[in-house]
Amino acid sequence: MQLMNWTRRGLLVAAGAFLALSPLARTAEAQTPPGVLIVGQIAEPKSLDPAAVTAVNDFRILVNLYEGLVQYKPGTLEVAPGLAESWEISEDGTEYTFHLREGVTFHDGTPLNAEAVKFNFDRMLDENHPFHDTGPFPLAFFFSAVASTEAVDELTVKFTLNEPYAPFLSNLAYPTGLLVSPDAVEAGGADYGRNPVGTGPFKFAEWRSNEAVVIEKNPDYWGAPAGTEAVVFRPITDANTRVAEMLAGGIDMMVEVPPTSLSQFQGDDFTVVEQAGPHVWFLILNAKEGPFAEKLVRQAANYAINKEAIVNDVLEGTADVAAGPTPPAFAWAYNDSLEPYAYDPEKAKELLAEAGVDDLSLTFYVTEGGSGMLDPIPMATAMQADLNAVGFDVSIETYEWNTFLGEVNPGLEGKADMAEMAWMTNDPDTLPFLALRTDAWPEAGGFNSGYYSNPEVDELLEKARVSTSQDERADFYKQMQEIVHEDAPWVFVANWKQNAVTSDRVENFSLEPSFLLHLSEVVKN
Amino acid sequence: MGSYILKRLISAIPVLLGITVIVFLIMALIPGDPATAILGSYATPENVEKINRDLGLDKPAVVRYFIWLGNMLTGDFGRSFSLNRPVLDEILERFGATLILAGTSFVLCSFLGILAGVVSAARQYGFADKAITFTVLIGISIPSFFLGMMMILLFAVNLKWLPVSGMYAIYGGGDLPDLLKHLIMPALALAAVATGVIARLSRSAMLEVLRQDFIRTARAKGVKERRVIRGHALRAAMVSIIPVLGIQAGFVLSGAVYIEIVFQWPGIGRMLVNAILQRDILLVQGGVVFVAACYVLFNIAVDVAQSMLDPRIKT
Repeated sequence: MQLMNWTRRGLLVAAGAFLALSPLARTAEAQTPPGVLIVGQIAEPKSLDPAAVTAVNDFRILVNLYEGLVQYKPGTLEVAPGLAESWEISEDGTEYTFHLREGVTFHDGTPLNAEAVKFNFDRMLDENHPFHDTGPFPLAFFFSAVASTEAVDELTVKFTLNEPYAPFLSNLAYPTGLLVSPDAVEAGGADYGRNPVGTGPFKFAEWRSNEAVVIEKNPDYWGAPAGTEAVVFRPITDANTRVAEMLAGGIDMMVEVPPTSLSQFQGDDFTVVEQAGPHVWFLILNAKEGPFAEKLVRQAANYAINKEAIVNDVLEGTADVAAGPTPPAFAWAYNDSLEPYAYDPEKAKELLAEAGVDDLSLTFYVTEGGSGMLDPIPMATAMQADLNAVGFDVSIETYEWNTFLGEVNPGLEGKADMAEMAWMTNDPDTLPFLALRTDAWPEAGGFNSGYYSNPEVDELLEKARVSTSQDERADFYKQMQEIVHEDAPWVFVANWKQNAVTSDRVENFSLEPSFLLHLSEVVKN
Repeated sequence: MGSYILKRLISAIPVLLGITVIVFLIMALIPGDPATAILGSYATPENVEKINRDLGLDKPAVVRYFIWLGNMLTGDFGRSFSLNRPVLDEILERFGATLILAGTSFVLCSFLGILAGVVSAARQYGFADKAITFTVLIGISIPSFFLGMMMILLFAVNLKWLPVSGMYAIYGGGDLPDLLKHLIMPALALAAVATGVIARLSRSAMLEVLRQDFIRTARAKGVKERRVIRGHALRAAMVSIIPVLGIQAGFVLSGAVYIEIVFQWPGIGRMLVNAILQRDILLVQGGVVFVAACYVLFNIAVDVAQSMLDPRIKT
């Protein structure tokens, strides 16, 4: 009996402690403070040095700290003035001269001038630059066409390219082109990425590893001042936990809401925001060997798959059906006369019969998840069922993302007939140039893992790259889309709509097609 | 005793060397490479080669191993490319967080587990025994990450008593009450399974001891039952309970990986998972070697404690 008394006493102590703690917990369960926006991010940033990072997750912080010479016009993927007020392009498309905005300084007081711009590009591109060792700079090849950067006078900077390269302006608008303070790089060295200094509407305040990155309003900003006092970026890698934080009021905004969680945010307490971006999700088909060497079979696969069902049921409406290789977000270069391949199993069967291919067994490479891959396994099984229904015999092989890239990027020959893939790009040139040209076959160092080849497409892409007229480029891209649509080197599946949820205390928020997160106009009550 | 400890420490050296070889080989052999992880869609052979050169991965594996080992012996674990900071800084910071979580859990599961086991044994087949055995069965059967998610739903989202995740409040926290508030749920979720295992083993260890002659003698002498259980039986049973605690400590440490992900606890388990997915070779290698060294040391400590408790174990 004594023993039982003892444990009863223990229970009482425990209960007492719990009761004592719970009001403490209740009072301390704080609402997020007004004027401070807390954003649930998907991962810890790698670095806040724009030249050193590649992930959208990091870009979302960077575009609030930094600015580039040019930027995307809000709501579009068209290039507009940024820190450069205007620019001229030489007749032959190899000289770009930018005129900088006057009176802009970095957060540390360093003036933004032509020398500062030159410092930025030399640091990335010149292996002998004293601060090249603050890299590596994985996306420096965006500017590999730059032969030299020259400070003409205090506010004029000239880039000389070694050949005409039309995507140069889009690449400057991409976060890799954001400008850092030369003095801060000299002071910070290899640790600059943890002590970032830019010209943007917010300045860096604090980085607590694995907990938060805090940025504060820049009172000396040259443009319209930020609407909040501070923004806190919290890395919450687990999607369910991110949703729970949002529901509990621990964060004011979350990005990349899992499709299955969207229904939890219906109602007046939350706003769900959506924006289609330059994303395309497709199946690479092996056009070199096996059934897909035959164009009719590739078209049959496009007809056989019920893309509507995938975007509406598997992805819960977080994507649109893709019509071709170029996402509609590139409005100026998108061919809107293209219709997606309809879901038509009968037509698929006819095409297969016409093609007369006997062996329709396919090996399908699938990934567990990865950048822009959405929900790859359920999508793959849905497509497998659709393809089997018209007579294919699909066997799926699943790989972890990095392993998957290691299998797919060197080409599918001898291994597989099709593979999942998704790209997010910043210029309509990037994806087709790297993944559809004959010169982009894997052995030539490209990503054309399905060995598609059409000389017409090659020629159009080369011409679009060297043209300096946007209208002319648009025309080339539209022709290219028509041919690729007909040739069907891929199954065109989906264009992702990025989403975000905000609480009812957040105002003035919108998502950009660039998938970047501009927060300077956002107000938090 | 001193020479025993020294002997055990020396015998740990080949174990740790073996671990460095294994973890190095695994990281060298798994498909996918850091450059592909960094470049993602842009991993052209040319870009990959450049990144590999920048990261020093173009050297032969044997050379890389000895450079790594040599640097590590001088305390230089290298620089993590995915976090852009020294590996050792990151490990120490993260390990601190894991120790707080796993340490609290370990204390909780040891205390609650032994207590439940002792009560169960003392009241064999009584109501308390049946209730405890049943609860323990549930505790062992629920996966800890699921328990964690359910706790978040109940206590954080619905009742709003406790914060959902993290280690400190983002704004205005940072003190001990703040830490405790963030610690309660993950520590309990992590302790659940281990508590059950310890309770079961403590129960059977106690039952075995309670049947022995010296217990009967003690009772016959008129020693109070409470003193028989706590003084005589528990002390004897501890000899078989302590090794189980040692094993459970390892279990708690590895279980922390799931709990850290569910509760976004900034610990070393979550760090390792991310590092593996990013192929951050130096961070994975450094982290694994560090954790393994701690585990080896902890086991030595357990053996030493056991030999101190039980003079029959030769030192």
